[in-house]
Amino acid sequence: MPIDLTTPGGVTLALVPELVLTAWVLVLMLVAAWRHRDARVQRDVGLLTLIALGSTGLAVAWLWAQGATPIGLPAMMALDGFRFATSLVFLLGALLTVMLSLGYVDREQIQAPEYYVLILLATLGMMFMGGAADLVVVFLGLELMSVAVYVLAGVNRKSVFAAEAALKYFLLGAFASGFFLYGIALIYGATGTTNLWLIHGRVLELGLGSNVMMVAGIGLLLIGFGFKVAAVPFHMWTPDVYDGSPTPVTAFMAAAVKAAGFAALVRVLHQAFDGLPIWHGAVWWLAVITMVVGNLIALAQRPLKRMLAYSSIAHAGYLLVAVASGSAMGSAAFLFYAVAYTLMTVGAFAVLAAAGTGGERDVLIDDLSGLGTRRPWVAGAMTVFMLSLLGFPGTAAFIGKWYILSAAVDADQRLLAVILVGASVVSAGFYLPPIMAMYMRPAPTTEAHQATRIVGAARWAVGVMAVALLLFGFWPNRALDAARRGGESLRPASLYSLER
Amino acid sequence: MTAALTGLGYQRWALDAILLLPLLGAVLVMLSPPPAAKRLALYVTLAEFVASLGLWWTFEPTAAMQFQVVRQWIPEWGIAYRLGVDGISLFMLLLTTLTMPLAVLGSWTYITRHERPYYALLLVLTTGMLGVFVALDLFVFYVFWEIMLIPMYFIIGVWGGPSRLYAAIKFFLYTFLGSLLMLVAILTIYFAVARATGEHSFGYDHLWRNIAYVRPWAFWLFAAFALAFAIKVPMFPFHTWLPDAHVEAPTAGSVILAGILLKMGTYGFLRFAVPLFPEIAMDPAVTAVVVVLSLIGIIYGALVSLVQPDFKKLVAYSSVSHLGFVMLGIWALTLQSVQGAIVIMINHGISTGALFFLAGMMYERRHTRDIAQFGGLAKVMPAFAAVLTVVSLSSIGLPGTNGFVGEFLVLLGAFRTHPWAAAIAATGVIFAAAYLLWAIQRILFQQVDHPENATLPDLSPRELAVLAPLVACIFWIGIYPAPILRRIEPSARALVTQVREAAGAPPVAEGAVQPGAR
Repeated sequence: MPIDLTTPGGVTLALVPELVLTAWVLVLMLVAAWRHRDARVQRDVGLLTLIALGSTGLAVAWLWAQGATPIGLPAMMALDGFRFATSLVFLLGALLTVMLSLGYVDREQIQAPEYYVLILLATLGMMFMGGAADLVVVFLGLELMSVAVYVLAGVNRKSVFAAEAALKYFLLGAFASGFFLYGIALIYGATGTTNLWLIHGRVLELGLGSNVMMVAGIGLLLIGFGFKVAAVPFHMWTPDVYDGSPTPVTAFMAAAVKAAGFAALVRVLHQAFDGLPIWHGAVWWLAVITMVVGNLIALAQRPLKRMLAYSSIAHAGYLLVAVASGSAMGSAAFLFYAVAYTLMTVGAFAVLAAAGTGGERDVLIDDLSGLGTRRPWVAGAMTVFMLSLLGFPGTAAFIGKWYILSAAVDADQRLLAVILVGASVVSAGFYLPPIMAMYMRPAPTTEAHQATRIVGAARWAVGVMAVALLLFGFWPNRALDAARRGGESLRPASLYSLER
Repeated sequence: MTAALTGLGYQRWALDAILLLPLLGAVLVMLSPPPAAKRLALYVTLAEFVASLGLWWTFEPTAAMQFQVVRQWIPEWGIAYRLGVDGISLFMLLLTTLTMPLAVLGSWTYITRHERPYYALLLVLTTGMLGVFVALDLFVFYVFWEIMLIPMYFIIGVWGGPSRLYAAIKFFLYTFLGSLLMLVAILTIYFAVARATGEHSFGYDHLWRNIAYVRPWAFWLFAAFALAFAIKVPMFPFHTWLPDAHVEAPTAGSVILAGILLKMGTYGFLRFAVPLFPEIAMDPAVTAVVVVLSLIGIIYGALVSLVQPDFKKLVAYSSVSHLGFVMLGIWALTLQSVQGAIVIMINHGISTGALFFLAGMMYERRHTRDIAQFGGLAKVMPAFAAVLTVVSLSSIGLPGTNGFVGEFLVLLGAFRTHPWAAAIAATGVIFAAAYLLWAIQRILFQQVDHPENATLPDLSPRELAVLAPLVACIFWIGIYPAPILRRIEPSARALVTQVREAAGAPPVAEGAVQPGAR
């Protein structure tokens, strides 16, 4: 279905998913403001959020199934498989987060219905990031997402650590946004446009490959993105922020926020700067440092939450390997891995939230001792998540890692592939101890784990995540096909008719 | 027999059935009431053994892959579920299916906690190991190779001895490290071949036929494969995980580790590393390294065994020595030596498996494996003493037992290409006699100097049932190995000829001496 983006009707059609989500946000915000102190309404808002995310997902799927493509060059929003695929990933992450949150906010007595509205707003921002055809839209999406997540990090006002997390995230995030914006300004200065396709055209046309302003602009963009995806050395905020935030929010940040950062990064690098050698080396090194540092520091963590925080840094490194390949295969690998990564990360945090009735920050890996006999289903799900994070065959993450390695080897980056597998071996050193504790150590006391329960919607979420990881591990065909189409849809401008 | 099985279409469903049966069994075991778990597991493994026996009769002694199964899995990447059996893998399969019912029976009283998951894991492990031996697609091979780690990790870690956690993670990490580098190598081959031929496929045949396209990186690819397999074998100096894992694992775990898992390493060399990269494998420098490391393994393993106070550890180190012979046999690359290597792989599974069972039986009676704690058992437990003596003699390689056939063939074959190496390796046989005979002397003979030993019960009927098939195999292979050698020969000959041709090495005339020739 070709859509003419110069007409109001065409633009509306192209933005149907975003408009649906915006409408839900407005309605739910009013409800939240109206009945602010009612726990039952809070729950209803949560349930409506699920419907909001579901209906937005349907809109995305409809648009994708229609084969929506733009007539001419996309101006502000792209209309391709990559946008739809990333939108679905973000919606999935948000959906799972909300399912975890329903019971969590009750337990922790967080009375703030706007919590759900903020998740929706952040998701909306992410969808703009994944679908932006213009650096300005990327920035708008980034800010919409970030501001919502700054608030979410501190939504538990009773916790000083949450306050610390929110402040830290906000200060450093604002700083990173500054870098990002400065980068956009320099690139605009060099090319005279902020449209991704036109930038690409100008860069080739004017031979700006080694232009100082251009290089500086790309460097600043990379720093901004590096911060958002928690790549080393821009990761300093991550452990404290992940540690202090309410666990479902941490899961949301680790999964969806990171995926959004990557989606925008992949799109900008592949579409605006495709074929420019300058960023390849930088991303290559970022990937290496992130994998090595993330995995090594995770090895030293005793608290489960901090271990998962560093593990998410390590996974940013794996995703950067996909980016560094600079090929359609790399983008496709990113898409597939993002789905697996969302499932396993949110799943691991869900188990942590269940085990952390006395405060998730204090759950040590060894505190899981004996969970295998006391709570076999929870332990079983956690085992699936840990093996997935390790990238073990039989799980979706293995297929994802295989895909990333394929992209790296195909791009003749064998050294990067070897470093990735080396990092994976190190990661066994911290993904196996939880399994070991759960099954191979006895429970410390007879009443241990009595309170560890996953209830209500979260139980469904955890079950679905574990089963989906195994299912995609053995039958990934459909998902692979979707990922490939999404990755290949990031086509350079030359394939569009350049008249505008 | 053959006709009847063919009538049933056995060749078509055999591999599917024997891979699927243990998985179904695992599900059933998990669903069964706990007291029935072990009985159910025994029935499943017995059924599995019976099902696999058909392979023995229907296998045609040619070098061709038989019982092939090809089913699309992830067509986008050219991954298909490709299985097949040849003379090399046939006996690994049969060894596995023979070992598993014995492993279940051997765990009967040893495993007292969490029985259902234990037996379910044993069954999953069965599928994983069988899958490794029949996979003809490198992706499928890799998946089986890795998946089998998890059940073994749990078996060591949950049901193992005092320092089981350390042993379990060491076992896991060693194997994981090696196999991940192999993964990069597999992908490199895949893309190089796909670019050159335009056909994306992980199929072993396709990659093997077009392996010439990866020549520029052949050394590194070979090294990655070789590292993965060498850790598994284990070759000196990658063997340090082995004593820990073998000693800490429960009896059945040690039996499976020694009997089957180690063979996956040597099988990997025979199936992948050597035929895919013949010119690297037969490169004089590489050959020298492998042969020297094998010799060090043979001698070092034997010497370390000699000083072990713990009987289980003694047996564990003896594996390093035996597997050194296998590696030497593979690298000598003559028909006899390769046949001998495969026969040792079988023998080691039988003899060392039996030794681990016997060590477990000692432990169950006295809760110690310290050789010094025993003595004079021959008077107290005559049947046990008889079996231990027979098994030890077979492990030493006494003529008339299976051990002799394998080691003799390897030494005979190796003597043609590496006479010095064969001469040094032969001393390993003497060391084996030293450590095992000395051990059984201290365990079985002399005086009963510990009063606790005076009242130990002799082998129970269940324990006899575990050991009897192994003892029968010891004598059968020792006295009449011809049916086995006949089935191995075509594949071994094809391997030797192809590798020698590809590596440009001169063919070695087949000697007239060949015990058990047709």
